[in-house]
Amino acid sequence: MSIENSSVIPDLDFNTPAQRRGRKLRALKDKVARVGIGLGGVSVIIAILLIFFYLLYEVIPMFRSAEVQPWEQNGQIVEPYAVPGAGKTLYMAMEEQAEIGIRVTDQGNIIFFSTTSGEVIKSIQASLPVGATITSFAMVSENSRMFALGLSNGQALVFKHTYKSTYPDGKRVILPNIAYPLGEAPIDVASTALEQLTISGSEGSYALIGGNQENLQAIFISQTENMFTGDVELEESTTHLPDLGIKIKKMLLMPDLAWLFVAGESGKMAVVNLRNQDAPIITQVLQASSSKITTFDLLLGGNAVLLGNAEGEVSEWFLVRDDQGEWQMTKIRSFDTGQTAISDLAIEHRRKGFATIDAAGELRLYNTTANVNVLAEKVAQANASMITLAPRANAALIEEAGKLTLLHIDNEHPEVSWSSLWGKVWYEGYEEPKYVWQSSAANNDFEPKFSLMPLAFGTLKAAFYAMILATPLAICGAIYTAYFMVPTLRRKVKPFIELMEALPTVILGFLAGLWLAPFMEENLPGIFVTLLMIPVAILAFAYAWAQMPKKVRWLVPDGWDALLLIPVIMLATWFSISISPSMELALFDGNMRHWLTNDLGIAYDQRNAMVIGIAMGFAIIPTIFSITEDAIFAVPKHLSYGSLALGATPWQTLTRVVIPTASPGIFSAVMIGMGRAVGETMIVLMATGNTPIMDANIFEGMRTLAANIAVEMPESEVGSTHYRILFLAAFVLFMFTFAVNTVAEVIRQRLRNKYGSL
Amino acid sequence: MNISVKEWYKSGSPWVWLNAGAVAISLIMVIGLLGLIAVRGLSHFWPADIVQGTYTVDGQSKTIAGEIVETNEVLTKQLIEAGIKIPDDTEFSTRHLLKVGNRDVYGSDFSWALEQFFTDQSRPTMLFTAERREWGNLYGYLRSLKEDGKEIGHVESNDESAEYLALWAELDKRVERALDIREDILEIEKHEIGAINYELERLRLKERGLQLDNVTDQAPYVAINQRRKELDQAYEGMQQRLLDLYTQINRDSLTAEVAGGKVVDLQIAKIVRIFRPNAMNTGQKMLHYAAKLWEFVSDEPREANTEGGIFPAIFGTVMMVLLMSLLVTPFGVVAAVYLREYAKQGFVTRLIRIAVNNLAGVPSIVYGVFGLGFFVYFLGGNIDDLFFAAAKPAPTFGTPGLMWASLTLALLTVPVVIVATEEGLSRIPRALREGSLALGATKFETLMKVVLPMASPAMMTGVILAIARAAGEVAPLMLVGVVKLAPSLPLDGNYPFIHLDQKFMHLGFHIYDVGFQSPNVEAARPLVYATALLLVLVIALLNMSAIAIRNHLREKYKALEM
Repeated sequence: MSIENSSVIPDLDFNTPAQRRGRKLRALKDKVARVGIGLGGVSVIIAILLIFFYLLYEVIPMFRSAEVQPWEQNGQIVEPYAVPGAGKTLYMAMEEQAEIGIRVTDQGNIIFFSTTSGEVIKSIQASLPVGATITSFAMVSENSRMFALGLSNGQALVFKHTYKSTYPDGKRVILPNIAYPLGEAPIDVASTALEQLTISGSEGSYALIGGNQENLQAIFISQTENMFTGDVELEESTTHLPDLGIKIKKMLLMPDLAWLFVAGESGKMAVVNLRNQDAPIITQVLQASSSKITTFDLLLGGNAVLLGNAEGEVSEWFLVRDDQGEWQMTKIRSFDTGQTAISDLAIEHRRKGFATIDAAGELRLYNTTANVNVLAEKVAQANASMITLAPRANAALIEEAGKLTLLHIDNEHPEVSWSSLWGKVWYEGYEEPKYVWQSSAANNDFEPKFSLMPLAFGTLKAAFYAMILATPLAICGAIYTAYFMVPTLRRKVKPFIELMEALPTVILGFLAGLWLAPFMEENLPGIFVTLLMIPVAILAFAYAWAQMPKKVRWLVPDGWDALLLIPVIMLATWFSISISPSMELALFDGNMRHWLTNDLGIAYDQRNAMVIGIAMGFAIIPTIFSITEDAIFAVPKHLSYGSLALGATPWQTLTRVVIPTASPGIFSAVMIGMGRAVGETMIVLMATGNTPIMDANIFEGMRTLAANIAVEMPESEVGSTHYRILFLAAFVLFMFTFAVNTVAEVIRQRLRNKYGSL
Repeated sequence: MNISVKEWYKSGSPWVWLNAGAVAISLIMVIGLLGLIAVRGLSHFWPADIVQGTYTVDGQSKTIAGEIVETNEVLTKQLIEAGIKIPDDTEFSTRHLLKVGNRDVYGSDFSWALEQFFTDQSRPTMLFTAERREWGNLYGYLRSLKEDGKEIGHVESNDESAEYLALWAELDKRVERALDIREDILEIEKHEIGAINYELERLRLKERGLQLDNVTDQAPYVAINQRRKELDQAYEGMQQRLLDLYTQINRDSLTAEVAGGKVVDLQIAKIVRIFRPNAMNTGQKMLHYAAKLWEFVSDEPREANTEGGIFPAIFGTVMMVLLMSLLVTPFGVVAAVYLREYAKQGFVTRLIRIAVNNLAGVPSIVYGVFGLGFFVYFLGGNIDDLFFAAAKPAPTFGTPGLMWASLTLALLTVPVVIVATEEGLSRIPRALREGSLALGATKFETLMKVVLPMASPAMMTGVILAIARAAGEVAPLMLVGVVKLAPSLPLDGNYPFIHLDQKFMHLGFHIYDVGFQSPNVEAARPLVYATALLLVLVIALLNMSAIAIRNHLREKYKALEM
């Protein structure tokens, strides 16, 4: 190149229109990318954070208290209307949709009316025998829709209100009607007027008990359908009840017809055993309340009695078997109420709940299992006399001073309270308060048991046993790998153990459940011997190795000891397992399992916490190992060199210098490992029996929160309390692991900063 | 050189050794686990010899035959306690677990046999194994061959004879023929009729959609009915062809004598494979092994997943993982780039970084719960209301399916990709970025041409680790779309070819389901080991390729890192 040439370089114009356009385009592209990436990044981060908020969104409705409002029909508030029909109300109820109400009067009028307007839809006059008047009323249960009228001539009439939905012109029309499940003819109950009456029973077998203070008679009716003709045949038997000794106020009969509860004057209650129908026995007469009993009802399912008194106290009672095996009527819990006397109490049709209205016109909603008062609101003037709830518990009908008020109730999740989730609850049929998880059953009047305690306990139990195995192995392994092992071997061993982390847990669970669990059951003594033998064998070998002449020892350079131990450990394991049957024969009479169960009284499940400990320990070893190893390896070398130079042995340097420096890292490794153990699903699901028990026994299984979600989530109804509680379980898991991991992460970061300064 | 115990203890060396022991134990556990799966999984396909012998209990003798699956030593005492009359002169007795097959005859596939009662053991070469489409294996001697119920050949003896072999050759031919016909039947049933049914369903939905839109014009309805008629006709034709094929395939049958003397009939159409393991040499066995292995990875499952192959599960896993990586890669990378390159580095960013990091440690089942609640019920339900009203009340997207499973796993693995990519980005020296910017490149150009290519090893690592995690994850999938047996693959010849709303099968879930939910766990166990082995191999391969790619790309960009 010559100088002449360089002088004729053309003028470079960097501002041609094309270049300007190009620059503009590039600037535009840059801007678009900035906005795009910003949007994308933020939205991904939001999507991730959404998990937290969505879980919360599903959980929160459970903790909202109930609400009550006037019923709205087509945007119009339904004003109170006059009670349809004349006479005093004996009974009031609503059908499924809360569109039609039924009112039974003391004149024997059965009136079906529109709940929103009070308009009478259908009115039926019960055919009372000549000269007889209605003296008492009884109901089987709210959800059976069956009731009985007791007459002055000692007879009773039994009715059932039924509803049929039809769809003429595509619009739903509900047709109410009355049926006679025990025949249309009056039933002879007692020889005297039925001043008191109770009826109970279920499909095919009913009983009525009635009469007056002096003469109380029971009639048991069983219906059998003739197989050939389809006719229903009634079989009746009667019996006299003994004198109760208290003035009868109200009687309640349990649906299994075995027990009669009688509320008396001045707060007394009597319990009658009817198991032997020919000879009823009074088992208990007790002072159930300090003041007059105002309401006395059976809770859904008919196993528990709700008792309200003049002081405004409501308490729940049921039969509990005592130490002698006798059934005792026991006060289970009392409900937090106002100070005013309860005027009426309505039982929910499908849940263990009830509503009260008191003399001050205050409506209160309760759930018995959760022992919560979900609502207290003044809805009526002082003289409200009657309340009834719709089957779906979404509406209440209140009678006050000749007027009916329809209210809308929003009470989705009354079963949930702090005490029902985390506390001991005395469930029906149990002998004492317990932590129980049992979310569903076949029958309708089942009491759901939503205690998360057994699940949380199971989770921690599984994690605990896994940590027992994993922590020492992983930390010791990491210490050796980071501090003593030769680098060439370390570079191979570390990725190899880390590869374990990627191993699908479903495989570990499968092996644990189908291979390890039976293997352990067969070689139980061998397993324990192995635990003992391995350290002994290692130490014995190490000592023997130290005695070897230098020539032999120098064959294996420092830092390769771990490989030498592999055959030793394998041999020790093999030896322990192979002597297992002989040991079993010599020490445990041939069967250690039997010995555990029969001699020590320790229950043994094949899939137990020990299996979980090994399988899940295996799963978390790599997590703890990897982080611990990093922490120890990152301790600056000059620290340990300094210590060694001052004459400390390598072990002293390790324990006094390296480990204290790395301890926050080790701690965070353990935390993260625990986080993993707590959330692990598949191993626990496959290698435990998944029974939600609370027992720390190493030979029994457990059910963890995560496994519980996996088992029950697919079949839980969307939006139900069960569904939301599973979300709560997920939320608890989420928060727990998130908190644990955050603590670990913060500690690690601080550690990193510390090393940075060294 | 002797060293006293005290001195030895003081040197700290026992502790060091114990630590070394921990590493050794961990290594043994990993190797042992992999070895166990490999041995059990791979041995399943080997054609085991059938052992025949006389089994004498309480003076009664019977002939039994089967494959020895397991042999162990049990305490004689325990056997006596269990009610078995056995002399207690030895402490231990040897016991074999025999796979005797013939479930339809004996009631169960397996039977324990004590060595000392099991005499005259032999491996007769004429004894055959027939893998059947139902009732498991049949072990027995060929007795006769029938065509349309008429006998065309007959042998009496169990010994090797020209007669027996000739009949066997004939049988082989007929089995081959039946298998060919079955292939035709499957082609018609699965593809042709499947396509017709699919189109019929689409027509129904179209009609319903028209009705919902209140279309009163009759023309589209007529067109739909016209097409429906054509399809019905085509269907009739296929039915006829199927009928013919079924008569053809059911032409032949055989009779065989099973151990115990009973003679059973077997339709040749029911046979999957028939062979005489005792007569096979090593080469033949290896061929057989390869064929079984191929069946395992390429065929569909039979008998409630306990026999046959796992192809749909492999396919489902791969589909799901591919979809997931398509979702997770761009989003993960964009989020990481935003966090590292664009967002202001401050307290909030640090907080987000920690949160993202920790989400990787949140239990996978939590993601499953979220996926079910948010994706399936909330998003899916709304999509159905908007776009698939015609199919209601049957849900289209409002039910667990492939798309939701992929999305859930994408969410589960996105932290992995973000963390890995960010790590890669943070390693790139500032000088490089500044150099590029100084030369006049915009930030975006710097990113695309300088930063991202250099960070690509980290990105790849992240994605591969995400895939490895997704492939092995089962718990969330159980909630959002995996089923034990999917009727069809999510990818087929029917428009729109990929069915995101379908449920699918998955290797991990297959292991759980067959191992724990199947009625015949004992028979299914080897298959589960084989499936587990496959899953382990796939995941190990993915992890190792992650490492390999990372190393390779690191080499490539090493020069830049100076």
